[in-house]
Amino acid sequence: MCGIAGILDWRGTANLSFSPKLSQLKSMARALHHRGPDGQGFLQRPQLGLAHTRLSIIDLAGGHQPIFNEDGSVAVIFNGEIFNYLELREALQRQGHRFATQSDTEVIVHLYEEHGLDFVAHLNGQFAIALWDERAQKLMLIRDRVGIAPLFYRLGQAQGVPQLAFASEVKAIQAIWPEAARADVQALDQIMTCWSPVGARTLFEGVSSLEPGTMLIAERGADQTLTHRVQRYWDWTFPQAPDQYLTGADDELLAQLRSLLVDAVRIRLRADVPVGAYLSGGLDSSVLASVIRHDTDTPLRTFSIGFDSAAHDETRHQDEMVAFLGTHHSRITCSSHAVGAQFMDTVWHAETALLRTAPAPMKALSGLVREQGYKVVLTGEGADEVFGGYDLFKETKVRRFWSRQPASRRRPLLLQRLYPYLDQNPARAQNYLERFYGVGLDAPDAPLFSHLPRLDSTSKTRMFLAQARPDSEALSAIEALLPAQASQWSWLARAQYLESRLLMGNYLLSSQGDRMLMANSVEGRFPFLDHRVIDFASRLPERLKIKALNEKFALKQAMAAYLPPRTAARTKQPYRAPDAQAFIDSQTGQPHEWVAELMSPSRLNDTAYFNPRMGEMLLNKAVRAPDTLGTRDNQALVAMVSMQAWHHLFIDQKPAPASSGLSE
Amino acid sequence: MSIRDSLRAYVLENCLFTDDGSKLNDADSFLETGVLDSTGILEIILFVEESFGIEVADDEMEPTNLDSIDRLVVYVERKLAEK
Repeated sequence: MCGIAGILDWRGTANLSFSPKLSQLKSMARALHHRGPDGQGFLQRPQLGLAHTRLSIIDLAGGHQPIFNEDGSVAVIFNGEIFNYLELREALQRQGHRFATQSDTEVIVHLYEEHGLDFVAHLNGQFAIALWDERAQKLMLIRDRVGIAPLFYRLGQAQGVPQLAFASEVKAIQAIWPEAARADVQALDQIMTCWSPVGARTLFEGVSSLEPGTMLIAERGADQTLTHRVQRYWDWTFPQAPDQYLTGADDELLAQLRSLLVDAVRIRLRADVPVGAYLSGGLDSSVLASVIRHDTDTPLRTFSIGFDSAAHDETRHQDEMVAFLGTHHSRITCSSHAVGAQFMDTVWHAETALLRTAPAPMKALSGLVREQGYKVVLTGEGADEVFGGYDLFKETKVRRFWSRQPASRRRPLLLQRLYPYLDQNPARAQNYLERFYGVGLDAPDAPLFSHLPRLDSTSKTRMFLAQARPDSEALSAIEALLPAQASQWSWLARAQYLESRLLMGNYLLSSQGDRMLMANSVEGRFPFLDHRVIDFASRLPERLKIKALNEKFALKQAMAAYLPPRTAARTKQPYRAPDAQAFIDSQTGQPHEWVAELMSPSRLNDTAYFNPRMGEMLLNKAVRAPDTLGTRDNQALVAMVSMQAWHHLFIDQKPAPASSGLSE
Repeated sequence: MSIRDSLRAYVLENCLFTDDGSKLNDADSFLETGVLDSTGILEIILFVEESFGIEVADDEMEPTNLDSIDRLVVYVERKLAEK
């Protein structure tokens, strides 16, 4: 991956402060240095400036950007990888295109010449692209199908403000934007409902995220104004009728899936630097590591996180896979102290408020990868969305079964099979189950049915907001994500779609993914999110998705030979890190100094996001019992500390308190 | 402090995060008012066991015993009388 940024202003020299100057482009590049420490490149035109920071992975000597077509009329800067570039290059050469480099970036300009904007359909990869067509006087910003590579933009109108600025991270836009940044409180309300802002919204007022699978086209309007449109070129799609499912015997379908997955891994090992893999101990990363071992010549090198607390640690399962595969493995062991020490820096890179501290250890992990001389890793994200792995999907299945006989006392007890801890929890009592999991039971075909219990429980954190928004606001925004045809999809398809657009796109792949990887200049690659795999898995017959309550059935069956039997059979363990404990000094039993400072009543009063007295009482409760804090309180505390930290870093633009461990 | 006062103080401080006693009506259901999430019920049980020296049996972990201040008071008083 790399960093890209740019400014477009049709007023050119008439808007003197934003006829893009090299100094401004350099400021943007400086803010993205961690994304591309290996080199920088710039392009200046009267109305346009592009900046690129490079993490060199393919064609180390020749891949400097921007890259042009044969006559220099099309320029591109690009963050990401085009994994099928060898095949595309060969085809383009046959069509008469001449290549000046060996890089994957160059196929973009030639493909664009050949196909216009439809060229995107030919790309298999992860990308944020800025493409400038000098003849057409048109700037195109394009983001990959599922949102692996980030891309943000801001539109301005006032004199002295650029008409359009874009960048891989918001901090690069902030570096040149003359107006003060403000928080979007509606985005905060959405974060405290569903973990992240919905759709294009970000926590920065006025800054949009270019949504996965879309492109923005900016052209000159009347009187040198800027006109833009955002259009979707790809989306997750599922069968709307029985004849749209794949047909064939199960064995044949599973064999096809297996060969697709092996190919998805194989093309993701293309690099002129060594490629490693994350190995969490769970099914998904184990499958990837095992494919590398058995189907490729790439030497297997793996990395993982362990925790010093038993509740979070998966070391035992990792060791099992390490022994099975005979991999050269490195592990970093995380403590709650380390999570706390990384937290401000985590917020600096994530650029948003968080409900869990789980991204922090991921940042430590990419640090280990980099330290070991690697800058590319394969990682297993996406398998749960693509193959139906989450508990939420099984929970929906049980709730639908229950909704057919709402008075049944036995049906809801199936929930105990999903959540074994319910066995020990008073919440298993019928009335409690009905309250927590019976939300929306009267309308099992409602668009958000699958997500109502989680949305209901997460939104309890909103009680700490100084001013809560209407309950319906975030829910309407989420419902608006679903395309019109979703009403004809299966319930599982709708749930998968929501999960991929909400938690995966805006949290797992960003706050916990790209941003934590790039914090240490490491690129993640995601074979399960190869669009061929997604399209194939989406059309698998429902019987191969969740069989009874056996999740990811197709993946387990297709890849059984690659795994020790126990790995495929083991219950999924959600990845989590110590939350409240990370904010409390275990020696003194008091909040870390920087936490106490950010959460002081006067600070809470100044920022005005949260009720100061409630914040104080919540922190006191965490001090009294950090280990037994419940879900709502843990999530609310992490949200408050991260939001206060975000305000400190991005609104006040102050350096992090020295005690927080954030390096300048 | 009476059982009622002690329960009220606990819920106000740990579940509602407020000093304002008028925010808690003793008859209100915790579930219906959304005062607790599923892990919050565990917290209440721990508090009751530790503060009053009683043991909440599995089959007593029911909303009828635990779902409001009024119900908790009745339940705790009964358990203390049984001791």
